[in-house]
Amino acid sequence: MKVDNIYKEEKKSAFAKLSEIIITMASRPSGLIGLSILVFHIILAFISPYIAPHDFKAIDPTLMLQAPSAEYWFGTDDLGRDVFTRTILGGRTALTITFFGSLIALLWGGLLGIFCGLVGGKIDDVVMRIVDAFLSIPWILAMLLIVSLLGTSTEVLIPALGFFYGKGIVRVARAATHDVIAKDFIVSARARGHSNFSIIWNEIIPNVRDAILVEGAMRWSWMLLGFSSLSFLGFGVSPPTPDWGLMISNARGLMSFAYWAVIAPIVGLSSLIIGINLTADAFAKALGIDRSTKAPV
Amino acid sequence: MTDIIQKVKNLSIGFRSKKGEEILILKNITTNIKKGETVGIVGESGSGKSTLALAMMGYVKHGLYTVGGECEFNSSNLLKMKSKELEKIRGRKIAMIPQNAGQALTPNLKIGYQIDEALQLHSDLNEKEREKKISELLNKVRLPSPETIALRYPHELSGGQQQRVAVAMALAGTPDLLLLDEPTTGLDVTTQAHVLELLNFIAKDTGTSMVYVSHDLGAIAQVSDRIIVMYSGEIVLEGPSRDILKRPIHPYTHGLLKSIPKLSLAGLPESMPGSQPQPGTIQSGCSFFDRCNFSDENCKNNSPKLEFLEDLNTSVRCFNHEKLVKESRVSQTVNKIKNKSQDKEILNLSEVSISYAKQKLLDQIFNRISDNNPTVKDININIKKGETIALVGESGSGKSTILKSIAGLLRTKDGLIRFDENRNLSSDLKERDPNDLRIIQLIFQNPDESLNPNHTVEEIIAQPLKLYFGLKGEELKKNIIDLLQKVRLGEFYTSRYPRQLSGGEKQRVAVARAFAAKPDIILCDEVTSALDVSVQAAVLNLLQQLKEDFGTTYIFVSHDLAVVRSISDRVAVLYQGRLCEVGPSNDVYKFPSHPYTEVLLGAVLEPDPDIKPKLVAEDIVEERPPEKGCSFQGRCSRIVGDICKKEVPPWQLTDSGNAIRCHIPIKELQKEQF
Ligand SMILES: Nc1ncnc2c1ncn2[C@@H]1O[C@H](COP(=O)(O)OP(=O)(O)OP(=O)(O)O)[C@@H](O)[C@H]1O
Ligand code: SF4
Ligand code: SF4
Ligand SMILES: [Mg+2]
Repeated sequence: MKVDNIYKEEKKSAFAKLSEIIITMASRPSGLIGLSILVFHIILAFISPYIAPHDFKAIDPTLMLQAPSAEYWFGTDDLGRDVFTRTILGGRTALTITFFGSLIALLWGGLLGIFCGLVGGKIDDVVMRIVDAFLSIPWILAMLLIVSLLGTSTEVLIPALGFFYGKGIVRVARAATHDVIAKDFIVSARARGHSNFSIIWNEIIPNVRDAILVEGAMRWSWMLLGFSSLSFLGFGVSPPTPDWGLMISNARGLMSFAYWAVIAPIVGLSSLIIGINLTADAFAKALGIDRSTKAPV
Repeated sequence: MTDIIQKVKNLSIGFRSKKGEEILILKNITTNIKKGETVGIVGESGSGKSTLALAMMGYVKHGLYTVGGECEFNSSNLLKMKSKELEKIRGRKIAMIPQNAGQALTPNLKIGYQIDEALQLHSDLNEKEREKKISELLNKVRLPSPETIALRYPHELSGGQQQRVAVAMALAGTPDLLLLDEPTTGLDVTTQAHVLELLNFIAKDTGTSMVYVSHDLGAIAQVSDRIIVMYSGEIVLEGPSRDILKRPIHPYTHGLLKSIPKLSLAGLPESMPGSQPQPGTIQSGCSFFDRCNFSDENCKNNSPKLEFLEDLNTSVRCFNHEKLVKESRVSQTVNKIKNKSQDKEILNLSEVSISYAKQKLLDQIFNRISDNNPTVKDININIKKGETIALVGESGSGKSTILKSIAGLLRTKDGLIRFDENRNLSSDLKERDPNDLRIIQLIFQNPDESLNPNHTVEEIIAQPLKLYFGLKGEELKKNIIDLLQKVRLGEFYTSRYPRQLSGGEKQRVAVARAFAAKPDIILCDEVTSALDVSVQAAVLNLLQQLKEDFGTTYIFVSHDLAVVRSISDRVAVLYQGRLCEVGPSNDVYKFPSHPYTEVLLGAVLEPDPDIKPKLVAEDIVEERPPEKGCSFQGRCSRIVGDICKKEVPPWQLTDSGNAIRCHIPIKELQKEQF
């Protein structure tokens, strides 16, 4: 039989696949912008402790609310701390907490969603009811309750955020699993006698992974906004840890005469949210998923 | 001279590839549709037939664009028209009936209302007249009691009835041209025959021109005056229907006709090698070159032009068509299949019943199934080692359900499934040991669904090898390559994903996966019905070859009686989950038959204008089997009275060992059917 040579695509290593996805993402202007912003923030988060020009918690009443200068690029705040130092370190806090929070959300949301999609029936119904019930509680109230009971340490914030932002992932994972579960290749694997674990791992996960990852990326930007709102309300990380939400909340009253103290964290926060959003969008497009979830900004 | 309704002139339609190249999916099509004639457009999937039909109503699918040429209707080019002007033509002058009429009807509006809407849009009748017209239209498409049908919702109609409603709506604007895209694909054999007969009647009665698009030469043969054969975006043959079917002078059509299994012939049809090239891959030469039996050097480098032969009134695109004129008749050489079945019993179903009924709590607790009218009932079949037994019947007859129970995917309600005379398989998956699962493998209808899109061919075939034999490393690889060769695929396929394979190749991979388990029995559920005809024959031949090599037993489920005839040794006919007739396939295909078998046989469409389907019974669809009596009582045209409604008919044996389950004595059946 003659062989057609038009399909040159071969099985690729995970690394090759990832780099191809990134290249596709970067080939669109919006994807390129998003990726650049995100990468910039990540790099900054890694190197900020080493490049920070000042001590982030050094209070100096004599330097109160100085306008930007060669020494203090973004000026100083009401306690005389360097805004530039605090801004770049603030990104580090936000990224770390929300990144790990998203991982947790992905993990439990994805697994529970796949489980529900797989078992179906009564159990699925009950679990989804519970998830829906949680969905209807204003998350910020619940967060406030948790934080006021357990404190605002990172060890509390990460799992709490991860828990609340996992609900949406449950739905997506469940729907994706439902689509796959009816396919004959699953029936075929069951008829062959593969274990449930093998079916989930080999047949289902590869087919729902993309949808879950995209949702996770989207949830990340939501979570960032949520986390910053908490800090803004004073329930996020505790002072003097540099944090954008906290900085905005402290400096907002002084906006009329010391705008610099509030502008820098706002720019930091909004650019990161936009960056993650654009990246998630480009990621979805590169994987060929039509994403209709609304962006938070 | 007859008037020309639609002129297609040098039409080319294409799209831009990712690399920015222009790829043509219709190449320079020129043809005319005359008033009152029915033109059949036939071709494999991807040949461009639907694109052509859509262009005939001025529609070019999203992502495609007109590269050149025109579709002229009433001397104006549809492809250049503004959408306002097109609206006036579509529905009124040109109407379309899509493949899936059920989806085209709005689910929450009554049938009458929907037809009324079509009338308001496409005619100038007032309310009174419209009301009359609705029942007139429903009458015309021969729906029973139009008044009640008009008040129903689409989901309350069967597939065939929905298709009739679609025809009625298309006729609402009294169109001059009716475009039908695979209007009967997906319908049951009997329903299909009825719809085609209706279309023939409508064509005669209204004088509407029709363009009938299908991959099925059998259906095309029944309706068309003229046939256009498309291949790879080109017209390769066009001429009067009878000539094309009886004396095809293009190698592709010739091969296609030979690869269709015929009801009248036992044995496998000849298969055509290869598959249709992807658009944009043909650089030079004839697009059929790779698969052609008549090719020479000239064909490799030069592309043939469409040539009009005056004496035959036929256009053909082939350098060597004269060779075929000599070959003339479609030679009916068919590979006779060897029946190698032994006398040893391999699988026995006795008194098997299967139910889908939701179980009550009490039954769940006692782990029993109670349903006195189960979906499948009283199945007794004794399957011999090495034979191919076919289960045939319309959609919903319980064919797949029986396979699922044999595979352990569904619990049986009652009865016994026994393997190899002593192993009890009347249990579901959880209770079977791995070896019980290995000996029975499944192949599904649609390879797109049965192969995990995220696994490579290697990973797919490796699954059973790892699971059952624990193979690893070199040995695993060697086995995979071995299996690929058995299904005639090269080693380089290992790293491909299913989306990079053609339909036939995918099905071969599925076959290889089934054989990887070294099973004793393979359950084939409609394994060829998603494939193109030319590919179908190749897969059937492959299955037969493998069976001869390995001595595997097949249980082959299909609704296509001609396909069944070609591959099976024995046939079991099912209606509503009850057996009607079981016997050697040669005998089942001869009379006397069970009245239901007679209906099925009569409805088969052959690609021959001289063989018309015989419509013996109504094409009603029954929701569930009757509680008492014969399963076929609701549709039987020979029903003998009360006894059929009260008592389950007895099994009767014909002289040739064919078992028929009917109250009419064999002798009587024989009289009526001959
Ligand atoms: N999961 C299910 N739950 C309830 N009823 C079902 C289910 N699956 C099938 N049925 C019903 O059982 C009957 C037999 O279905 P089955 O799928 O076995 O038919 P089939 O002969 O394979 O038809 P087809 O040719 O359409 O594949 C039908 O009436 C169908 O509606
Ligand atoms: S032109 Fe040549 S290759 Fe093409 S169909 Fe005719 S004989 Fe075959
Ligand atoms: S038993 Fe009666 S209803 Fe059934 S097939 Fe025979 S004649 Fe028809
Ligand atoms: Mg079926």
